[in-house]
Amino acid sequence: MLNKNFYLILIISLVFAISFWIGFNVNLLPAEASINAPIYDELFKILFIIGLIIFIGMTIAVTYSLFKFRKRNDQIGDGIALEGNLSLEIVWTIIPSIIVLLIGLYSYNIYDRMGGMKELNHNHEMMSSNTEKIWAGISQTSDNEIAINNLSIEVSAMQFAFLFNYPKGNFISGELHVPVDQKVSMKMESKDVIHAFWVPEFRIKQDIIPGQPTILNFTPTKVGKYPIICAELCGPYHGGMRASIIVEEESDYNEWFNKNKKSEVNL
Amino acid sequence: MTISIDPQKTNNESLQPKGWLRYFSFSLDHKVIGIQYLVCGFLFYLIGGTLASAIRIELASPMSDFMPRDVYNQVLTLHGTIMIFLWIVPVVNGAFGNYLIPFYVGARDMAFPRLNAVAFWLIPPSGLMLVASYFVEGAAQAGWTAYPPLSITTPQSGQIIWILSVLLLGGSSIFGGINFIATIIKLRRPGLKLMQLPMYCWAMLGTSLLVVLSTPVLAGTLILLSFDIIANTGFFNPVLGGNVVVYQHLFWFYSHPAVYIMVLPAFGLVSEILPVHARKPLFGYTTMVFSIMGIVVLGLVVWAHHMFTSGTPPWMRLFFTIATAFIAVPTGIKFFNWVATLWGGKISINSAMLFSCGFIINFVFGGITGVALAQVPFDIHVHDTYFVVAHFHYIVYGGTVFIIFSSIYHWFPKVTGRILNEKLGILHFIITFIGFNLCFAPQHWLGLNGMPRRVAEYDPQFQFVNQISSLGALLMAISTIPFLINVFLSVRNGKNAGDNPWNALTPEWLTSSPPPVENWEGEAPLVEEPYGYGKEIS
Repeated sequence: MLNKNFYLILIISLVFAISFWIGFNVNLLPAEASINAPIYDELFKILFIIGLIIFIGMTIAVTYSLFKFRKRNDQIGDGIALEGNLSLEIVWTIIPSIIVLLIGLYSYNIYDRMGGMKELNHNHEMMSSNTEKIWAGISQTSDNEIAINNLSIEVSAMQFAFLFNYPKGNFISGELHVPVDQKVSMKMESKDVIHAFWVPEFRIKQDIIPGQPTILNFTPTKVGKYPIICAELCGPYHGGMRASIIVEEESDYNEWFNKNKKSEVNL
Repeated sequence: MTISIDPQKTNNESLQPKGWLRYFSFSLDHKVIGIQYLVCGFLFYLIGGTLASAIRIELASPMSDFMPRDVYNQVLTLHGTIMIFLWIVPVVNGAFGNYLIPFYVGARDMAFPRLNAVAFWLIPPSGLMLVASYFVEGAAQAGWTAYPPLSITTPQSGQIIWILSVLLLGGSSIFGGINFIATIIKLRRPGLKLMQLPMYCWAMLGTSLLVVLSTPVLAGTLILLSFDIIANTGFFNPVLGGNVVVYQHLFWFYSHPAVYIMVLPAFGLVSEILPVHARKPLFGYTTMVFSIMGIVVLGLVVWAHHMFTSGTPPWMRLFFTIATAFIAVPTGIKFFNWVATLWGGKISINSAMLFSCGFIINFVFGGITGVALAQVPFDIHVHDTYFVVAHFHYIVYGGTVFIIFSSIYHWFPKVTGRILNEKLGILHFIITFIGFNLCFAPQHWLGLNGMPRRVAEYDPQFQFVNQISSLGALLMAISTIPFLINVFLSVRNGKNAGDNPWNALTPEWLTSSPPPVENWEGEAPLVEEPYGYGKEIS
């Protein structure tokens, strides 16, 4: 009996060890380029490890049963008439409930850190008119409010392109340029069907809806060029609906901004 | 009196054609209707599978080079619609439900045999109409979700035919659901208690409740959508002040429960198959019943997890996260119970058992990614990507379709009196299991790294992984060959099965194989312990 328990504990520890090792050493995600990304990857790692433990455990249990309890040629008759075990069933109701609840609370915490629970209309110039109905997006826990003055961008999506309007410079660009480490706030609206704004390296996505502006805030952390991908089926050329976001040093960004700025605008 | 023989019906039966011709008639026999559902569903599975192959050929290269882009969107729309509404829902509900439920409750037929026949005969015309819409002006191309405004702006005829077809199929599904509820509640043989019913009855009771509660919402929504398309109303059209997100709420109010309409019957079927081949009672009957009903209740309040990136307020995102994640608890209980059913048994390793165990492994994997997807912050990155495509194929293919095959191996002797060839069956399982995992496991990585779903072209860095996936799809297509050969050979020349080749205790095996027209020569037997294995030394 002791021997049996020993093997059981050994196998369980091995499953945990393998799952943790894979969870910490196998990277399935693209580069991290916004302050959302490391928070997301932390959640991913935890879910990945818990998932691996359950999956490897169940797979071992099923394959072991198939081998250990397979019917040998000389055997006749049935297995043991075991119809249930109340304490065992209570255990495997309560433990998953606790795990699911903890995951839920933890992901609430992650979501809050991403800014998902923030009031969206807070301190945002474009939303000064109270009559306008804004539906959710993601806000973010950056207090760099000064940046908002320059970095309110209006995104319009249409079949099959994104356009980025910089109201402060009174110009429209087909590429999204933003300075690194500053909070960007975007108000997005579609001109025709539903589209979505997705930057995998930023771990953010928000649908762009006709007749219903949505908000998306983010803070890029790494200089580089990343794809903006439409993630909602929008017609025949949906797969080709791409744009680029260029994250650059503040000086480079200002140079680009001043080059494109229409001079007659009074700030 | 629970069993009544309508004299007029009996006369009708004698007028029905005999032999294989009866499968092409308006038969009222629940067994004939069950087989009609199964064969009709399988033919549509072959069509849907061909469309899937076309998708995987297109995606073997990063460019959109195999078919025109709008045709690609039609193909993915038809693939989704056919697989859901014409293969999985009719087969796990209509085919096995019709064949088995009257046996399980001890009745000679379903409660409403004519309604039953009508429900089946709605399927072939609406399926053919759907496929034929391709040749009119192109089929619908807004995805099986038909989100407006895309569905309002794409060519109208295809979309309208799609709506008509789904309405008819939804009607068929509602007729079936009403029939199952009435049969299970009212047609039970005297002396048979609810808590003595085989688990598949409970699964079908739960499923039918979901069908009856949620399908009318889809019907209403699609009727409003068709008004928007043909009569220029503005329910969902933003140009006329409509709201596109309201459509999504209404659509998913049906279409999330639809997932349970596809998997709960599979949970029921596997609960019948495992005890027979493991020679053990079903572990935890009562908790199984309660977890089915728990899934039914929770399944109705989780729909907005499909809309975390639409416009949904934060509190709503939070509520639907918690509700969705909690479905894992009753579902988990069922999986632990099945493993406990295997534990200590005398397991016959045959095709039915292998497909059932494949189902457990695949579904656990899909369930784990499901709990992850329920978390809003996780979902925001992978929503509408190949990660989601991989997840739901693990649920509906790795889960339900594996159980459909398992059930065919298990009940083929009941229907035909002959056993399917085991060697071909195991070959079928091995190719399907490897092909399926090769096709869909890599897609998780694609989604995480930036490949959205429903695209005909993609970033060249994803080519290699997409080719692995396409190779898996090729294996899945090949796996159909040994299965079809097996069925065609065995139906004529298979080993004679006798009445009860598995020594099973559930009521359908306590009559001849194939069963007589009204199921039993005499009175229906009273089976109080459908899982009483190991109780008497045999």
